[in-house]
Amino acid sequence: MKKLLSIFAVLAFAFSANAGTLDDVKNRGFLKCGVTTGLIGFAAPDDAGNWAGFDVDVCRAVAAAIFGDSSKVEFTTTTGKSRFPTLASGEIDMLARNTTWTLSRDVNLGFEFVGVNYYDGQGFMIPSALGVDDATGLDGATVCIQTGTTTELNLADFFRANGIGYEALPIETNDEARENLFAGRCDVYTTDASGLSATRAQADDPDKWVVLPNIISKEPLGPLVRHGDHQWGDVVRWSLNTMIIAEELGVSSSNVDDSKGSNIPEVLRLLGVEGGYGEMLELSNDFAYNIIKQVGNYSESFDRNIGPDTPLGIGRNLNALWTDGGILYAPPFR
Amino acid sequence: MGNNSNFESRKPPVATTGILGWCRQHLFSNWINSFVTLLVIYFLYQLIPWFLDWSVFSADFWINYNGELIVDRTFCSRVADPEGDHGACWAIIIVRFYQFMYGFYPSEQVWRVNLTYILLVVALLPLLIEKIPGRKHLIKFTIAFPIIAFILLYGGFGFQIIPTNKWGGLLVTLVLGVFGIAIAFPLGILLALGRRSKLPVISMFCTLFIEFIRGVPLITLLFFGMVMLPLFLPEGLNLDGLVRVLVAVTLFQAAYMAEVIRGGLQAIPRGQYEAAQSVGLSYWQMNRKIILPQAIRISIPSIVNTSIGLFKDTTLVIIIGLLDLLGIGRGALADATWMGLSNEVYVFVALVFFIFTFSMSRYSLYLEKKLKTGINMGAD
Repeated sequence: MKKLLSIFAVLAFAFSANAGTLDDVKNRGFLKCGVTTGLIGFAAPDDAGNWAGFDVDVCRAVAAAIFGDSSKVEFTTTTGKSRFPTLASGEIDMLARNTTWTLSRDVNLGFEFVGVNYYDGQGFMIPSALGVDDATGLDGATVCIQTGTTTELNLADFFRANGIGYEALPIETNDEARENLFAGRCDVYTTDASGLSATRAQADDPDKWVVLPNIISKEPLGPLVRHGDHQWGDVVRWSLNTMIIAEELGVSSSNVDDSKGSNIPEVLRLLGVEGGYGEMLELSNDFAYNIIKQVGNYSESFDRNIGPDTPLGIGRNLNALWTDGGILYAPPFR
Repeated sequence: MGNNSNFESRKPPVATTGILGWCRQHLFSNWINSFVTLLVIYFLYQLIPWFLDWSVFSADFWINYNGELIVDRTFCSRVADPEGDHGACWAIIIVRFYQFMYGFYPSEQVWRVNLTYILLVVALLPLLIEKIPGRKHLIKFTIAFPIIAFILLYGGFGFQIIPTNKWGGLLVTLVLGVFGIAIAFPLGILLALGRRSKLPVISMFCTLFIEFIRGVPLITLLFFGMVMLPLFLPEGLNLDGLVRVLVAVTLFQAAYMAEVIRGGLQAIPRGQYEAAQSVGLSYWQMNRKIILPQAIRISIPSIVNTSIGLFKDTTLVIIIGLLDLLGIGRGALADATWMGLSNEVYVFVALVFFIFTFSMSRYSLYLEKKLKTGINMGAD
């Protein structure tokens, strides 16, 4: 038995003694990114079979940073259950899949959340005809709730803390919740606010539904990588930060070329005109330029995929820049 | 008397022959039957016109009620004109038909998939038609088909490699279904023979294997393939996701197939074994020439039954992130361009599955008729 184990150990060592993830990705010629099997606004294949969405843009930004070409990504679809094993086994280099940053996932599962690209939170959606404008007025309501999720626990906590009762209608998927809610079999649907907006957008008459202002949980969603390869974590972290910083500095895909002649020092550093910040990450110095040029800054990605002009119509709220009343904040580029 | 030719044979009463007689006998034989018949007719009368209207007569195909080409959900008549009486919006299927069929397979290489489908039909021919010329050679091709199909679909030998995360839609469904059934069948026969073997190690191993696999749901095996298998493999050495799923599906199907075939084996009378042994046939000769042909023949309905079950179970792969036909449909619904058209997608997916499973069941009926599995064998 001991012999067998040592053989395995040697084998494992032989295979794990490879270069870091960044070198692997560079040698392979494309990035492997895990996304959802389909979530409106965040990741879905378009008619031509290209993946698009708010999470997909993070993958594309990393590809643009490494290769100067945002199309050098291969997407692997993962579900809520398969996402962590897929990342842990090395089948994908990073995961950008609506994943809430929690202590246990960060520490116990051996992952590294590199930042937050969307601050979500659990909310409530009700028919506007119900005439309730605050979730504390929902005493005795029938609630459509996905079983076995943290949303279920949050819901129970919220109602107990407010001393009100509810009746749960257990459902499995978003589709099921939508049909039940629209058919009037439940009065309330509770899930992440972004999911509520997506559900509302699918109604025949969206104005008949309101998302209540109560947000009862913190759901910071962000991309993650495996523990241990800090260089790779830095690459993904600063690809995301670049999009946020670009918005702060007003650099977008349309003015990025002109911005190279800017007189703001941080813009010049960002675009690789001054300093060698890309080299520190073992990337080219114009990695940020490539991200902004090909994918856009944070607000461009937000508006394109989930913003007010899309069917989802999600406002910036918490996801506004810290200078605009939100909590989106990236460390300085210097 | 005694001369029967003098009697003219009388025709049976009108009410017992022809359509009228058939109806009377089968549909209105007593008041409960009559009531059920009328009830069913009433429901069909309500349902069929409504469904036809929804799916065909008031449905949109390429253009909407205004004559505009439908490019996203807002052009669908029932979205654009919620007050009007409009049916399904099939544009989502038409626009995404390629994805439903092939997933994300590169379009300049898609001839390989189509060629595989054509070869699949060729490979099935000797199984479907008994009197086809050159059947012996065709059978050889049928046996080699899985390897040819793998090279064509995946690549190698000069073909560009198409990684399986680009496969999707009906392609994945068929690959899982066809490969799963084709590999599980011989495996199932071996397991069935093994379980009945007199060698205790073999029979114990086969019994353990079958009972373990049958004791866990398919979804558990899929997770095992997806989550546990990579942990046993050294880091950096990854089996392809689709292969891991295929392994799980095949093992699952093989265990069920083994029990079905064992059922057939049980039905073969002892005399057949004894007769085969008495003419000096070896174990394998006996099974190949005498026992298995009879056992498989009487197992056909059950074999097809489990095969149909497996074909439908392949949709479970969406839980581990593979986009089969149903997964592609859900992906389409997750695109803001088409969201909310779930009825159309699910009806279409159901129709495709129906076409395949119904053909399978028809084929099994044809086989049963051809081989007359109903006859009492052994005794005659």
